[in-house]
Amino acid sequence: MDKKYGVYICTGCGIGDALNIKALCEVPEEEGLPVQTHPFLCGKDGVELIKKDIADKGINTMVIAACSRRVNFDIFKFDGCIVDRVNLREQVVWSHPRSEFPALTEDQIDDGVHFDRLQMLAEDYLKMGMAKVEKIKLPEPYQVETFSNKILVIGGGITGISAALDAAKAGYNVTIVEKEASLGGYAAKVRKQLPDQDPYDTLALPAVESKIREIESYDNITVRTGTLVARLAGEPGNFTVTLKKPGEKIEFDVPYPLPEEMKFDENGKELDVEAQHKRFLEYNKGKVDILKFDPSGEKFGAVVLAAGWRPYKPKDDEFSHLGYGELPDVVTNHQFEEMAAKGKIITSDGREAKSVVFIQSPGKGEDDADFNYCGSVTSMVALKQAKYVREDYTDGKAYIFYQHMRTPGLLENFYKSIQQDEGIFLTKGEVIGVSKNGSGMIVEADNTLLGEKMKVKADMVVLATGMVPVTVDDPVVNMAYRQGPAFRDIGLFEGYCDSNYICFPYETQRTGIYAAGAVRRSMTMEESVEDATGAALKAIQCIESVNRGVSVHPRSGDMTYPDFFFQRCTQCKRCTEECPFGALDDDEKGTPKPNPARCRRCGTCMGACPERIIGFADYNIDSVGSMVKAINVPSEDDYEEPPMRIIGFVCENDAYPAIDIAGLNRLSYSADVRFIPVRCLGSMNVIWIKDALAQGMDGAFLLGCKYGDDYQCHFIKGSELADIRMKKIGDALSSLALEDERVAQFEVAIDEYDKLPKMINDFVENVEELGPNPFKGF
Amino acid sequence: MTESKAAPSNGSILVVGGGISGLTTALEAAEVGYEVFIVEKNPYLGGRVAQLNKYFPKLCPPSCGLEINFRRIKDNPKIKVLTLAEVDKVEGAPGSYNVTVKLNPRYVNENCTCCGDCEAACETEISSDFDFGMKKIKGAYLPFEMAFPARYVISPQIIGTEDAERCKSACQYDAVDLDMAEKTMDLSVGAIVWATGWEPYDASKIDNLGFGQYPNIITNMMMERLASPNGPTKGKITRPSDGKEPESIAFVQCAGSRDENYLPYCSYICCMASLKQTTYIREQYPDSKVYIFYIDVRAPGQRYEKFYQKIKEDENVSLIKGKVAEVAEDPETGNITVTAENAVTGEKVRQTVEMVVLATGMQPTTAAAKPPADLKYNEDGFIINDFEKGGMFAAGCANKPADVVSSNQNATGMALKAIQTLVKR
Repeated sequence: MDKKYGVYICTGCGIGDALNIKALCEVPEEEGLPVQTHPFLCGKDGVELIKKDIADKGINTMVIAACSRRVNFDIFKFDGCIVDRVNLREQVVWSHPRSEFPALTEDQIDDGVHFDRLQMLAEDYLKMGMAKVEKIKLPEPYQVETFSNKILVIGGGITGISAALDAAKAGYNVTIVEKEASLGGYAAKVRKQLPDQDPYDTLALPAVESKIREIESYDNITVRTGTLVARLAGEPGNFTVTLKKPGEKIEFDVPYPLPEEMKFDENGKELDVEAQHKRFLEYNKGKVDILKFDPSGEKFGAVVLAAGWRPYKPKDDEFSHLGYGELPDVVTNHQFEEMAAKGKIITSDGREAKSVVFIQSPGKGEDDADFNYCGSVTSMVALKQAKYVREDYTDGKAYIFYQHMRTPGLLENFYKSIQQDEGIFLTKGEVIGVSKNGSGMIVEADNTLLGEKMKVKADMVVLATGMVPVTVDDPVVNMAYRQGPAFRDIGLFEGYCDSNYICFPYETQRTGIYAAGAVRRSMTMEESVEDATGAALKAIQCIESVNRGVSVHPRSGDMTYPDFFFQRCTQCKRCTEECPFGALDDDEKGTPKPNPARCRRCGTCMGACPERIIGFADYNIDSVGSMVKAINVPSEDDYEEPPMRIIGFVCENDAYPAIDIAGLNRLSYSADVRFIPVRCLGSMNVIWIKDALAQGMDGAFLLGCKYGDDYQCHFIKGSELADIRMKKIGDALSSLALEDERVAQFEVAIDEYDKLPKMINDFVENVEELGPNPFKGF
Repeated sequence: MTESKAAPSNGSILVVGGGISGLTTALEAAEVGYEVFIVEKNPYLGGRVAQLNKYFPKLCPPSCGLEINFRRIKDNPKIKVLTLAEVDKVEGAPGSYNVTVKLNPRYVNENCTCCGDCEAACETEISSDFDFGMKKIKGAYLPFEMAFPARYVISPQIIGTEDAERCKSACQYDAVDLDMAEKTMDLSVGAIVWATGWEPYDASKIDNLGFGQYPNIITNMMMERLASPNGPTKGKITRPSDGKEPESIAFVQCAGSRDENYLPYCSYICCMASLKQTTYIREQYPDSKVYIFYIDVRAPGQRYEKFYQKIKEDENVSLIKGKVAEVAEDPETGNITVTAENAVTGEKVRQTVEMVVLATGMQPTTAAAKPPADLKYNEDGFIINDFEKGGMFAAGCANKPADVVSSNQNATGMALKAIQTLVKR
């Protein structure tokens, strides 16, 4: 596209009152760019002015210097045009009142002593906007080579079946892969289900059979039982999947990472990279590399992971105080359910189990936690199973010892209905022991609601052990990704294939693969069915987004994607390793293979690349670098005591809005700082900081999201990676004889706008104490 | 561009309610490619979560996720947002509904630049509903800093007064339109998702807990506002009677919930909310003492359990299993004595504290105001979903008590149920 530039300056909302607009107009005029001002640019006349320029003069690349890009987004959107918004309002005039940053008097102008900080700020931002639009292009969508809109559902339990039905009802083709010989999973192995409809007070009959029958009426659902995923290669919209029988060993089994212990030699010394790679190849002998696609693999567009859970296996002696492993009639809730599904509840020696004690919490010491991998589901299952005792024996008795009865929401009605049953005794209590007593047992509990200590005779004891997500044992999806076959970092969630997001619960670190059901969180079947619908929607949405060539969450609709200039790639592998989404697969030499449909467009690869060969159409090393270079750095040649110049790279998701809100609240801070918004701190390339310092700027800081276990980064690792890079930049600074303190990173949450001014001013003060950058003026 | 490859089917979806559930349903459907209308009765989107200080268990600000969602709306021309809007009438059947929407006047038009001149000119102060009456705001106001749409509102309370005229003449952009009147508009949609959300249970109905009677007894939602940086006290938790920094606070769990006299069900979020609010207090006042009176601590699942265990480690936090039976105020100090029976020891526990937070529950908005549509409700006023019939669905807390994560899961699923209705047509 032949760019035709236009610069538009709004003088409303106090901009014209605070700034010397004539001087500001000279900035583009000096570059030969046409500039127009308007007192109300976002109003009808203002917008007409721009539209007229588009129509009459063919302007297609504009810099709009007005309010923040967070507002009037729809008004300043012109099809087919490149637009950059220069934030003169929130980040210049509203946050820098003339009372604090006075304009120059007649005598002070060009006296070599005085300068107008505010005017300088506005002029720099305008220059930065002009520099940016020169370097960016309109994006064109990425198209996958071959496109499939079929959905793969891994797991044929109630979650997988529900997801398949929901996707099929929306018109999509679905294949369910189930490792067992038949569909149904755990849901087919229960006697009854928890209440599933209002008023939620009676147990329901298992629903899975009717759902399996329903599947048969959909010809767009294919069922593959006795089947596993050997590998899933490629990218959303174009996954190549190899299926296999359980136990089979095939060349398209995905290579597994080298186990930790194999990375060391016999003396415990860590092997070097080459030796480790050799061992890796031996370890995965017979398997082909991830970059070789199975020619007979099946094509899919997206995946729903509904692989479910397995019962918790207590370790030896783990619950010996509860008699588990020693007394044959102490069983887990899973064992109890199996028995109940088959018939009457009886003890190991065939007696009628008329007195059953349910223990909800292992209760060692002060601990009132439930068993591991529990949830409200285990509370409710105890209530359900207590009911089985009552169904089987009219004179049967069930005792439930709990620390916290967890029946949230409307399921409280179920709890209440159980409380009405005179054969079921519920009490808070800490079970201290289970011992043999003749042919039965005695359960002893302390701190119960009925008095200090309590002893109950029991024929059976049931422990409410938890539901372990299968992803604890096995990657399941077996992604042929260089970062490994499993979901990364799910150790943070005890192996649940969960996201860390409250707002966006389906967003995992692997684009196009959406988890549902008990693989995500301990859930009831009813909750899993509901969860499956959401996962099916996300799979469909991903497919449709790939088809349109746009990104999914959080940059939904973004048409840009990372572009690589491979001639200069040094195969350092950093992009492949650092991508939070595992979007890149490098070959044996280390050259990355991009998979744009796996990418979320955060730009972490761009930030990581030391050769600076990665960029997006509208966001790249050059566009940001040019913005940095556009900043005027006054030196002693200009003024007796020139002002400091400090650059701040700010995360556009949280920090940038926070700065805007500070402006809206008219909170003021140093006018010597220039902000550049970045997609994510992960995309910050240290070259920008080095360039800024080499150019004589006195300091640089990053402003981004909180990281750590409760990270707020929408791209998971961006702010954390930036922190690592910033720590390393210290060495580079000392080689330039610059102090480490000139560079810093701050964590800020979006609602901490009130803390921002101090954060910024303190940093500026620290830099001022260090004195000007010695490179200034060179 | 994106339009060239349209969604697999035609038809629009109406989402009633622009809280977190409604936003989620709307965005998830629109990002598949469908046209979506959001009808929101408030002048802003975000609903209840916009009033929260932090989310449990991550303790992150809800405005962070809201901002992303607002950006998704800005980037997606398929979503049309109608604020100050209410559904008046619904006719038709699944696949084809005619909906009449009433638009209440904002008295501020699209010329508004958010410059704030009207607010500065306005002299009348009104009570802020957003802050549960704990703050006075001007009659011309921006609902909150990150409000979407970013546009001022003139309160109907000042219409017809000189103040309204003052606002009008203060505006340089002709954005104040005092003649704006109620309007109606008709929408043709294929499916409707009711994401009408919840109201905090009216604590003054609980006769033994002293709300409305003693100023130092507040609700959990009021605590969220007190702790919010943009709240009435700029985030500093102080007690209402005298602005004192509270040295001791009691949380009364199940204030109304799990009680046949009030709300028979469990409100799902209040246990976690109180644990979360405990962190607010403990962070601000390192010497403060917190007492939580509970029936069961409903912190299910690994992540919530972990959060609960962490709070429990704090030796200044006491958890007492017992339902609070009565409260009494010492009129001199304004302190409150809470009486409960410790369910474990059987003893009566009396604890005097400087401030009490009632962990009030959630009541579906539809309990008091039934939408004008053919919907089924349970006894408590939650909408029952009829997937067989299809066409109209309830999402989030319109359907059942839920936390934000579950609401978002559910709301994402309801987007697909709505799409299925369009596909079937």
